[in-house]
Amino acid sequence: MLKFVKLLSVAALVTFSFLGPVQAAGGGVELKSVSWKHGGLFGTYDRAAAQRGLQVYREVCAGCHGLGLVAFRTLADLGFSEEEIKAIAAESDFVDGPDGEGEMFDRPGKPFDKFPSPFPNENAARASNGGAYPPDLSLMTKARADGDNYMYSLLTGYEDAPADVELSDGMNYNAYFPGHAIAMPSPLNDDGVEYSDGTPATVDQMAKDVTVFLAWAAEPKLEQRKSIGLKVILFLLILAGLFYAVKRKIWSDLH
Amino acid sequence: MSFEPKNKAVKWVEDRLPITGMLHHALYEYPTPKNLSYWWTFGSLAGVMLVVQIVTGIVLAMHYTPHVDMAFESVEHIMRDVNFGWLLRYMHSNGASMFFIVVYLHIFRGMYYGSYKAPRELLWWLGLVIFLLMMATAFMGYVLPWGQMSFWGATVITNLFGALPIVGESIVSWLWGGFAIGNPTLNRFFSLHYLLPFVIVGVVILHIWALHTNGSNNPTGIEIKDKQDSIPFHPYYTVKDMFGLAIFLIFFSAFLFYAPNYMGHPDNYIPADPLVTPAHIVPEWYFLPFYAILRAVPDKLGGVLLMFGAIAVLFALPWLDKSRIKSARFRPIYKQLFWIFVADCILLTYIGGKPAEGAFIIWGRIGTVYYFVHILILLPLVGLFEKPKPLPASISEDVLSKSPKAEEASNA
Amino acid sequence: MTTTTPIEEDGVTRRDFLYVAAGGLGAVGTAAAIWPFISQMNPSADVLALSSTEIDLEGIETGSEITAVWQGKPIFVRHRTEGEIEKADDVVVADLPDPEPDADRVIKPEWLIMVGICTHLGCVPLKEQGDYSGWFCPCHGSHYDTSGRIRKGPAPKNLVIPPYEFLDDTNIKIG
Repeated sequence: MLKFVKLLSVAALVTFSFLGPVQAAGGGVELKSVSWKHGGLFGTYDRAAAQRGLQVYREVCAGCHGLGLVAFRTLADLGFSEEEIKAIAAESDFVDGPDGEGEMFDRPGKPFDKFPSPFPNENAARASNGGAYPPDLSLMTKARADGDNYMYSLLTGYEDAPADVELSDGMNYNAYFPGHAIAMPSPLNDDGVEYSDGTPATVDQMAKDVTVFLAWAAEPKLEQRKSIGLKVILFLLILAGLFYAVKRKIWSDLH
Repeated sequence: MSFEPKNKAVKWVEDRLPITGMLHHALYEYPTPKNLSYWWTFGSLAGVMLVVQIVTGIVLAMHYTPHVDMAFESVEHIMRDVNFGWLLRYMHSNGASMFFIVVYLHIFRGMYYGSYKAPRELLWWLGLVIFLLMMATAFMGYVLPWGQMSFWGATVITNLFGALPIVGESIVSWLWGGFAIGNPTLNRFFSLHYLLPFVIVGVVILHIWALHTNGSNNPTGIEIKDKQDSIPFHPYYTVKDMFGLAIFLIFFSAFLFYAPNYMGHPDNYIPADPLVTPAHIVPEWYFLPFYAILRAVPDKLGGVLLMFGAIAVLFALPWLDKSRIKSARFRPIYKQLFWIFVADCILLTYIGGKPAEGAFIIWGRIGTVYYFVHILILLPLVGLFEKPKPLPASISEDVLSKSPKAEEASNA
Repeated sequence: MTTTTPIEEDGVTRRDFLYVAAGGLGAVGTAAAIWPFISQMNPSADVLALSSTEIDLEGIETGSEITAVWQGKPIFVRHRTEGEIEKADDVVVADLPDPEPDADRVIKPEWLIMVGICTHLGCVPLKEQGDYSGWFCPCHGSHYDTSGRIRKGPAPKNLVIPPYEFLDDTNIKIG
């Protein structure tokens, strides 16, 4: 039995120690590390931060980046009321139809709609952004290794290019973007947004808040997952203990 | 004791289809060695994982759409809108990894204890067939979410068949159903991904049938000689397997609930784009050793042949291993070679995940060469020339010698 | 060799208790594990979000009708004329196959809102047809009147009135 536990710990060790480096087959710059409230075994989303992050997204990012997998109604998770959600949804227009005459028409957004993309398609997006495509942000924190820290590092990582680096036209230097040349200029500026809860909107603060919001957008079920996980593992520990006792009891008559 | 059904209904069924008798035999009469260690729980765990994958797969298929324009979003629909969809999806993706972990441990157990030796050669072959089917199933399953890795991993691997002379190109476009990976490919992969697990179930039935024909191997490698060596499967091993299952489920749950994307690749959260290739195309971790072998050979066809060869040689294992002794417990030199082989497989897994540059290339080649050297050269030589440790006379003697209390009791 | 006698406790052995506890907990765990597999077939969050629909009545002229969709079903939204309302009242309710006064079927008499599914076998009836100036189902010949009530034919019940409310004079919410 001890051997079995040893085996499983070895398996866990091998798996954990190895798969991290196995997957990180690129990059190499060490990211800034933030102690996120939603990290760890018992983490939950910082709702105040997420609400501020939504504001940053809508006022700064939504001009170029879509969030097309997130429905307005899911904002209820972050503590928004039904009225607030209806109001947010109604600020965008959506094409609907055809009507009785066969025509398509515009209507204001409803809670069941998803956040709109600022561009009708990728070609339009590239044309408006010098050939670069601002990606949809719905899954961005899961689409990058150590995504939360990556996003925060990127947004706070704009610097003057070092003397020996030559940037092409239209590119900006970022310490954390792979290759260091990114088409997006620094999107955040101090006091670029006026937070309704009065929090000072420094670049650092906005970067953290929008990262929390986007982390939620990518993984809205995180809190249920960890909560159920705790119950399942505690249950299994008790069950394993009981089964072990039963096993010993049944095997005891063999010797 | 043979099966005499007392219940009339049971007897009625039994007279027409002896299935209850079969179960009774397997549980109560089938002689199982009394000394099986926890290394023998991985077979039942693999069976459990097959069921888990099938059940989670079927419910996922109720919500998934196998069309290039909708596949990625349908998976996100599962993650966000379907009740417990996130749980089912993570169970299925992490379950695939768990399935391979359990099966690799099961295979290595077989290699250490000589479970592939006569009269269990066919049992071993059926196991390898299951392994090949698992790999095909997993490969196609990974394409279904239609992420960047889904698309590009599929492109790379299906392109390999183009290396075959004369028929290569036709085979590739036949696989694709077009001029590149596209909707026809996705649709047929979905169909086959749903089908193959049931083929695996069939082969598993044959695998268990073959097992029951000659009985399980055991840590001594000595066959059951008389009644003293064996115990009924139930309740001893049912209860031991249940305990093993509980511990394994804790391990599974740790990943499922707290690190569900750890064994995956972030690039697969980017929708597939045929015009943009990811910086490093990497298959899922369980394919990495074979990927390393594939890339070790500078020639495309050579790499393909060697990659398949790595599994093909395993079919010949019962004949390559010349030793009369089954278990590594009594084979001091083979035992060391075995652990070096395990280290080599871990090395190949590591290399497979790295870009094919610099020192990684050389180590990949060393690891590949050693893999074949171990199986084709060292194994036969060691079998012929090794001097084994003295074997115990029987299983029960081995069990008694380990337990001083029991030895006293039997001497009293 | 003597067998050890189990320690007795009210006729149930301690060993039995262990087995019962382990088996019981295992059964509880299995039941809990099965629940997500059953629940996943229930309507998902996006489907539930569409469980109610708002309809703008502006633009539907008197005497005309639109077909909207609610929960995947056709909804007849008819702006009735005075004549149609009078016809609906000009009946002996007790003589109807499915007795129901028109007043019970509307909130505002000029707006008739019904689920456009024939109560016989589910076809969609055609408007402004049939012997009662209402709807006619071509599948098996059911005739509905200007209140959507069954008058002639195999359908057993009047066309269903869905739950709805007026949000204001020109907007209703169904469901």
